[in-house]
Amino acid sequence: MAAPAFNNALVRWIDHRLPVFSFMHHELHEYPTPKNLSYWWNFGSLAGIVLVLMILTGVFLAMHYTPHTAFAFESVERIMRDVNYGWLVRYMHMNGGSAFFIIIYIHIFRGLYYGSYKAPRELLWILGVVILLLMMATAFMGYVLPWGQMSFWGATVITNLFSAIPLIGDSVVTWLWGGFSVDNPTLNRFFALHYLLPFAIVGAVVLHLVALHRFGSSNPLGIDVKGPQDSIPFHPYYTAKDAFGLGIFLILFAGVVFFAPNLFGEPDNYIPANPLVTPPHIVPEWYFLPYYAILRAIPDKLLGVIAMFGSILVLFIVPWLDTARVRSAKFRPTFRKFFWVLVVDCFVLGYVGANPPEGWFVIVGQVATFYYFFHFLILLPVLGLIERPLPLPQSISAPVLKPAEGKA
Amino acid sequence: MAEAATATKGHAEGETRRDFIYLAAMGMSAVGAAAVAWPFISFMNPSADVLALSTTEVDLKPVLEGMAITVTWRGKPVFVRRRTKAEVDTAAAVKLTDLPDPETDAARVKKPEWLVLVGVCTHLGCVPLGQKTADPRGDYGGWFCPCHGSHYDTSGRIRKGPAPNNLAVPPYAFLDDTTIRIG
Ligand code: HEM
Ligand code: FES
Repeated sequence: MAAPAFNNALVRWIDHRLPVFSFMHHELHEYPTPKNLSYWWNFGSLAGIVLVLMILTGVFLAMHYTPHTAFAFESVERIMRDVNYGWLVRYMHMNGGSAFFIIIYIHIFRGLYYGSYKAPRELLWILGVVILLLMMATAFMGYVLPWGQMSFWGATVITNLFSAIPLIGDSVVTWLWGGFSVDNPTLNRFFALHYLLPFAIVGAVVLHLVALHRFGSSNPLGIDVKGPQDSIPFHPYYTAKDAFGLGIFLILFAGVVFFAPNLFGEPDNYIPANPLVTPPHIVPEWYFLPYYAILRAIPDKLLGVIAMFGSILVLFIVPWLDTARVRSAKFRPTFRKFFWVLVVDCFVLGYVGANPPEGWFVIVGQVATFYYFFHFLILLPVLGLIERPLPLPQSISAPVLKPAEGKA
Repeated sequence: MAEAATATKGHAEGETRRDFIYLAAMGMSAVGAAAVAWPFISFMNPSADVLALSTTEVDLKPVLEGMAITVTWRGKPVFVRRRTKAEVDTAAAVKLTDLPDPETDAARVKKPEWLVLVGVCTHLGCVPLGQKTADPRGDYGGWFCPCHGSHYDTSGRIRKGPAPNNLAVPPYAFLDDTTIRIG
């Protein structure tokens, strides 16, 4: 598309040498977006905004935080009590982490429902899974920084997962710790990496967007845009819609930050870390509970660890596991039912992960773990082959225009 | 240019030489990359001061029969338990075939009365309960790990639960009858 004619002479002068304005015009204004996107398409831009919020609050926290075992806990308490608005910045960071995961999980399930991962968007999807992995590493290391009991024991249990690797496992764990237990060297490197990884996420997000803009957004009908009548410019239509969604999000977020800031937290993390006493019931942050349930569902240490990592890695190959030709679950009545079973299954896994591995929790955890893998490895390929999809509409405009034509 | 040259020449010999130089250069740069990576990987391993702090001396005099103390060695808890006669006998009587990680009690102690163990569950690293009198000691009278339910016996051997191995015995020596040095 030709470079737009800008009215402002300075803008024209700059754009001729550094075409950032053309770029923005092209990617925001001209960028054709399907006109039927629902609110499920709000979560991508929302995630991007929360990432900015996390980096902003994080950099400010780092100005008063001390990454040393003797001072970390107190420095966070100092931020909470003595630093001006420290409580606000920390509560935004703490709950921003939870908000980030809520948004990303909705964003991922949106993709699973509408088949957004299908050709030609496989790499877009894979980059998304990479972002999820980076987020998990970042959040895990961030949670260690306040150096409370859950920080310390969460770090101990999770780093020990690597000791399950045959032969070199123990050396790997010593290497991760920089010592013989989770200690000051561990806290230091976790802080360094916690500062670094969010910027790696920014990089992955940029690639994610480059891949997105190649073919544009998919849409609730899952059919391709057939022409200009099917699309509208991103700006101002979707910028306005995204801004509205952001407003709703901020109301909810402020509600949590101001009225229930420890809603997602674990009280034990307000006890300073004690390497000699394990709390009776260790739980990870809520967003890791389903994986924790999968880890514990399998009685063997190595296999448990493999299953846990496998539960995320399987997402990488979803574009090839799903054999259906139709993207959207809207036209796949059977798949649609199983999709909701998967959603319930993930909540069950989360619930089991939050409880001690005793009694019927063990059985439920094992059944739910089995179903999780069954859904991806068996159901997706088989259902795609045998399910008969409903007829697809002619185009994005067709279902909207037809009734109107009928009336006329 | 180079491609055109080989294409027109199409000489098998020339191509192999070029391929060889190409592969050798790639190989050398891989070696170079590994040489650069090595210091960085090593950087993250325990430093000299961390390694130097690796011995702890323990005075055993105040520990009476049936009591246990926890000391710190390399940032980890070490359990020292003065076992009762009954505990020693139970530990010695267990058949090796009943053990997931077979080891005799005799191989795990220097003096049967004193059991010295790294107090870190071999599953995922929690500290098992059983040092205090009020603690649960599991089904085998030793230690119980609350994290995922591993039971250890009076020799610190794994008997039930997800942990794969016995509680480790750290390197230690009796300096005299009532002092040990761990590490
Ligand atoms: C992907 C973005 C990020 C996520 C998901 C994330 C997550 C977290 C989490 C879960 C905590 C623990 C909060 C608590 O329980 O107290 C934390 C703490 C912390 N984070 Fe981040 N973070 C992110 C980005 C950053 C960045 C860019 C910095 C910049 C240095 C940063 C600096 C800190 C500091 C200093 C703490 C310790 C203070 C505290 O615990 O409140 N974070 N982070
Ligand atoms: S850490 Fe002890 S049972 Fe898992």
